Amino acid sequence: MSEKYKVKPRPHRRIGGPGPPGMPAEKAKDFKGTIKKLLIYMGNYKYAMLIVSIFAVAGTIFNVYGPKLLSRAITELFNGYMAKIMGSGGIDYAFIAKTLLFLLFLYVLSAVLNFIQGFIMAGISQKISYRFRQEIAEKINRIPLKYFEANAVGDVLSRITNDVDTLGQNLNQSILIVVTSVTTIIGILVMMLSISPLMTLIALVILPITGILLGFVVKHSQKYFTDYQKYLGKINGQIEEVYTGHNIIKAYNREDMTISDFSGTNDRLYESGWKSQFISGLMMPMIFFIGNLGYVAVAVIGSILTINGSIQIGDIAAFIQYVRNFTQPIQQIAQITNLLQSTAAAAERIFEFLDEEEEVKDPDYSGSLKAMKDNDSKQVVFENVHFGYEPGKTIINDFSLAVASGKMVAIVGPTGAGKTTIVKLLMRFYDVESGRILVNGRDIRDYKRSDLRQNFGMVLQDTWLFKGTIMENIRYGKLAATDTEVINAAKAAYAHRFITTLPEGYQMELNEDASNVSQGQKQLLTIARAILADNPILILDEATSSVDTRTEARIQKAMANLMAGRTSFVIAHRLSTTRDADVILVMREGDIVEQGSHEELISASGFYAELYQSQFEQDPT
Amino acid sequence: MLKIFKHLEGLGWPALVIIALLIVQAYAELSLPQYMSEIVDIGIVQRGLPDMPPQLIEIKEAEGVDFSRIQLDYLLNKGSIMLAFSVVVMITAIAVSFLSARAGASMGRQLREKVFKKIISFSNAEIDRFSTASLITRSTNDIQQVQMAMIMSLQMMFKAPILGIGGVIKVVATETGMGWIVGAALGIILAIVIILMAVAMPVFKRMPLLIDRLNLVSREILTGTNVIRAFGREKDEEKRFESASTDLKLNQLFISRVMALMMPLMMLIMNGITVAIVWFGVRGVDYGDMMVGDMMAFITYTILIVMSFFMLTMMSVMLPRAIVSAKRLEEILATKVSINDPEKPLDEKLKTVPLKGFLSFENVSFRYPGALEDALAKLNFTANPGETTAIIGSTGCGKSTLLNLIPRFYEATGGRITLDGIDISKITQAKLRSLIGYVPQNAVLFSGDIASNIKFAGDFITDEQMIKAAKVAQASGFISEKENQYESEISQGGTNVSGGQRQRLSIARAIAKQAKIFLFDDSFSALDYQTDVALRKALKQYAKKATVIIVAQRINTILHSDKIIVLDEGEIAGIGTHEELLNSCEAYQEIANSQFSEEELRGKIAYE
Repeated sequence: MSEKYKVKPRPHRRIGGPGPPGMPAEKAKDFKGTIKKLLIYMGNYKYAMLIVSIFAVAGTIFNVYGPKLLSRAITELFNGYMAKIMGSGGIDYAFIAKTLLFLLFLYVLSAVLNFIQGFIMAGISQKISYRFRQEIAEKINRIPLKYFEANAVGDVLSRITNDVDTLGQNLNQSILIVVTSVTTIIGILVMMLSISPLMTLIALVILPITGILLGFVVKHSQKYFTDYQKYLGKINGQIEEVYTGHNIIKAYNREDMTISDFSGTNDRLYESGWKSQFISGLMMPMIFFIGNLGYVAVAVIGSILTINGSIQIGDIAAFIQYVRNFTQPIQQIAQITNLLQSTAAAAERIFEFLDEEEEVKDPDYSGSLKAMKDNDSKQVVFENVHFGYEPGKTIINDFSLAVASGKMVAIVGPTGAGKTTIVKLLMRFYDVESGRILVNGRDIRDYKRSDLRQNFGMVLQDTWLFKGTIMENIRYGKLAATDTEVINAAKAAYAHRFITTLPEGYQMELNEDASNVSQGQKQLLTIARAILADNPILILDEATSSVDTRTEARIQKAMANLMAGRTSFVIAHRLSTTRDADVILVMREGDIVEQGSHEELISASGFYAELYQSQFEQDPT
Repeated sequence: MLKIFKHLEGLGWPALVIIALLIVQAYAELSLPQYMSEIVDIGIVQRGLPDMPPQLIEIKEAEGVDFSRIQLDYLLNKGSIMLAFSVVVMITAIAVSFLSARAGASMGRQLREKVFKKIISFSNAEIDRFSTASLITRSTNDIQQVQMAMIMSLQMMFKAPILGIGGVIKVVATETGMGWIVGAALGIILAIVIILMAVAMPVFKRMPLLIDRLNLVSREILTGTNVIRAFGREKDEEKRFESASTDLKLNQLFISRVMALMMPLMMLIMNGITVAIVWFGVRGVDYGDMMVGDMMAFITYTILIVMSFFMLTMMSVMLPRAIVSAKRLEEILATKVSINDPEKPLDEKLKTVPLKGFLSFENVSFRYPGALEDALAKLNFTANPGETTAIIGSTGCGKSTLLNLIPRFYEATGGRITLDGIDISKITQAKLRSLIGYVPQNAVLFSGDIASNIKFAGDFITDEQMIKAAKVAQASGFISEKENQYESEISQGGTNVSGGQRQRLSIARAIAKQAKIFLFDDSFSALDYQTDVALRKALKQYAKKATVIIVAQRINTILHSDKIIVLDEGEIAGIGTHEELLNSCEAYQEIANSQFSEEELRGKIAYE
C-alpha cells in the first residue's frame, strides 16, 4: 500500500465517548467560525432541535424533582410512624399513596420525554452525518482532478469516515449533555437550597476539590497518553514495515533481530500503556470517594439538623441522592470542552473539503458524439493550445495538431516530461488556458463532460480496479456486457490464460488494492476492460508499462485490430511500441519539442533520435 | 474469546487479587447504607441509644434529660466508620485500576509479541491466505480492541456480579420481606434486555461490516477518480456510495434509537423500584417489621443491584466486537505454518564439503492453493556455479514464482529442488537462505540508514565489504553525494530515495551478504541502461564462482547469459543461449521481435 492511500491515523478513541480523561483532544484552527457554520448547517433542524431541548429540559426537571417528592412521602411515613409510637396518630396512607402515584406519573412522563427526545436526536444526527457523507461523495465528482493529484487520498477518506463519524456521534451527545447537565446542575442546586442552604454549602465544597482532582489526573495522564500514542504509532509502523518486507526478512535470516527490535518497542508501549490507563483510571475512585465524603457529611450533619427540627428526615434521603447525582453532570461539563473541540476539528475538515473549488459547469448542450464521421480528416483538432498547471507557468505553448480519424498519435519523452498532459486536456480533466480543442468540429467545452468522455476508451498507467470479481471488474467497461463478451475481451487482452490459473478464475474476488494479482496482470485486466468498452477514440497511457514486451506485442496485435478505424493516442516510454505511429509528439520538460513520423524524427537527428539511440546502446563487454 | 487466554500467561494472579480486592470493596461499599440506616433509625429516632424505646426517650426528655451529647457522639462515631469504609473503597478501587491496567497492557504486549512472532514464521502461502493488509489490521486494531475489552472486563465484569451478589445478600439480611421486589425488578430488566438484544444484536453485529463497506467504496472512488470520469461512471459510483451510506445510516439510526429507548427505560425501572419499595415499605414500617432507615438502605441496595446488572448488560454489548477481534487473532495463532524445517536437517553435509552451487530443478511443479491449473509444470534444469542463468517469459508465466521456490518462500508442490544433490527441503530454512542473496522485484528497504540496510544480512559484514558491495551495485556514486554518506537516513519503505537508488541499495544488500547463489527477480528494470550494463559487468567480476539466476523482461539484460530459460505458460519453452534460442525457440523469437526491429536484431548479432 503506498503512502498516498493510507488513512491518516487519529488518536485512538474509545467507542461511544469522548475518551478517557486526559486524552488530548484535537483542536480546530478556527473554532468559532466552524461552530457557527455548523450551527447554520444544523439550522434546517432548528425546530426539531428546539423540541429536543425542551423535552430534555422538561425530562430532566421531572427527574430532579423526584427525590424531593419522595422525601415528602418518607417524611410523612416517619412522622406518622413516630406519632404511632407516641400513640398520637398514624401513617396517612392516602397522602403517601397520592404522593407516590404523582411521583410515578412524573417518572413515566420523564422517561417518555427522554425517549422522544433521544429518538428525534438520533434521527437528526444520523441525517446530518448522512448528508455530509453524501455531499462529500458528490463533491468528489465535481472537484477538479488536480485536487487529488495534490492531496493524499487517505486525507479525504478520513474526512468521509472518521470525521463524519466523530461529528455524528458528538452531535448526538454534546447537545444533550449540555442541556441536561446544565439543567441538572441548576435543578439540583435549587432543590438543595430549598431543603437546606447550610447543607448545600457543604455539598458545594465538593466542587473545587473535584475540579482540582480532575485537573491533576488530566495533567499527569496527558504525558503518558502522548507517549502511548507515540509508541503505538511506532509499533504499527514496525508491523507494517516488517510485514511488507516479509520476504526480505526471511531471505536474510533477520527474524530474531526483527523480533527483538519489536519487543523493545512493545515493552515501552506496555509501560506507557498501563500508566496512562492507570492514571486516568484514578479519576473514578476519587470521584466516588468525594461522593461518599458528601454522603457521610450529609448523613451526619443532616441528622443533627433533623434533631433541631430544621429539616425533615425525608430531606436527608433526598439530599443524599442529590449529592450523588451532582458529580456526574459536572464531570460531563468538564469533558464538554474536549467534545466541542473534537467536534469543531472534525467539522472544520469536512467544511474545508466541501468548500473546495469546483470544475466549470457543463453546458446545456446534450448532443452526443456518437455520430462519428468516417474518414474525417479533422476528427481531433488542437488549435493554438496553451496550458499550464500553475498560472503563469505555461508548459504547452501554442500547440496545434489535426488528427484524422483512424490515425495513431504517439506521445513520447522522458519520465516527468508531461506526456499525460495532452491526454488530460483532451479528456477535459483540465481546461486549456487559451486556444481550443475540437472533436468532430465542436469545441470540447461545448459538450457535456460525460458525453465527451463516453467516446474515449482509456487505459491508464494507474491500474484502478475495485473489490469484486474479475468478471465484474472487466464488465465495468460496459455494464450490459454478457459473460461471453467479457471473456472474449479478456482473451483479446491476453488475460484469459492467467485468469484461468487463478483460484476460481473469473469469479475470483480481487481484494482491496487488488494485491492478489500482479501489477502486470492488473494492467491486462484494465486493457480487457477498455477493449470491452469499445469506444471510438482510444487513449493508452503507459498502458503496457508493467507488461512484458512479448505480451505487449501480442496485446498490440489485438489493439491493432481494435485500433483499426479508430483514432488512438498512445503514451509510452518504450519507444519500440510507438515506431508505427502516424505522428509522434516528443515532449521534454513539459514542452512539445518535436513532432513527426519515426523516420522524419530519426533523420532530423534531434532529441528523439538521441532518445531512441540511448535505448540500444551496446553492452560494453 | 476464551481460547485466546491459553496463549497468555501471568494473568491468573492479578485476576485473583483483583477479585479479592473487589470483594473487600463490595463489602465496604455495601456497609455504607447499613450505617446510614443506623444513623437514621438509632441516631435520630432513638437519640443514639440503641436499646432505649423511643417512648422512654420522649418521657426522659420531657423530664429534662439531655441526650444531645450522646446523640452527637453516636453520629460522629458512625460517621467516621463510614468515612473509613469510604477510604477502603477508594484504595481498593485504585488498586484494582492499577492491576487491571497492568494486566490489560500485559495482555496486549503478549498478544502483540505472539502474533508478531507467528506471522514472522509464516511462509508466503500463509501470508497470501490472510493478505498483508489484513495481517496488519489484525496485529494493530484487533489487538487494541482485545486489550481495551480486557481492561474493562477486569474492572467491570468481576465487579458487577460481586457487587450484585453482595447486594442480594444484604437485601435478604434486612429481613424486610421485600426481596421479591428486587427479584421482580431484575426479571423485568432481564426481559427488556433480552428483547432489545434479540432485536438489536444482529443489527449491531453488522455495524463493522457496513463501516468497512463504506470505507472501501469511498477509497475506490477516491483512488479511481480519473478512471471513473473517463468511463463516465460518476452517477453509478454515487449510487454505490449512496447505498453503502444509506445502509450505514439505517443501521446506526436503529441502534441509536434502541439506545434512546434503553436509557429512559432503565431510569424508569430504577425510579419505579424506589417508589414500589417506599409503598410496600410503608406497610412494613407501619406493622413494625422494619424501620425507616432500613427502608432507605434497602432502596440503596436495590439500586446497586440493578446498576451492576445493568453494567453486565452493557458489557455484553461491548464484548462482541472484542470477541470478533479475538477470533481473528486466534485464527493467526492457530495457523499451521506450511513450510517447516526437517526434523533431521542435513546441514552438516553442506558443511563438510564446501558448497559448489549446482542448483537443480527436478520435475518441479507448483500450484497456488485453490488454483485450477499449475502455475509451474514439470520444470527440469540446472543452474551451474560460475554461470548466469536467465529466465525470461511473459507476464504471469511464473518467472517470479519459480524464483520464490528457491529460498522456499513457497514450497514446490511436485518434484524437488536440489543444491549439490541435496534436496533443499532437507536442510534448515536458515541454512538455505544464508547461502542465497535475493533481490526482489520491488526493492524494499527498512528504516534506518544506508549502512544498516546494506549490512542487513548481519554484523559479520565489514565496512570494507559494505563499500565494495555498494560499488558493485553502482550505488557508491549517489551515496558519496549524500551529506552523511553511509549514515544517511532511510525512511520506512525507503521512500526518501528514488526508485533506481532503492533498487541499487537492495542489490548492494544482497552482494554484501557474500552469498553462493544470487537471485535477481527482475531487479534491473528500475535502472537505466548504462547503470544496468555497468552493474552486470561488475557483478560478473565480483561473483565469479557464484550461481547467478536472473529473471528479466529485457533481452538486453540477459543477452550474454550462459543459459537462458524461456518460460511460457508455466512450462519451459526452450533452454539455450541467445543465439541458439533465436534460431530454435518461437516464444523467444516473439519476445525478441517485440523488443527490437529486424534490423536491430541483425545488427546486434552482427556486432557480436
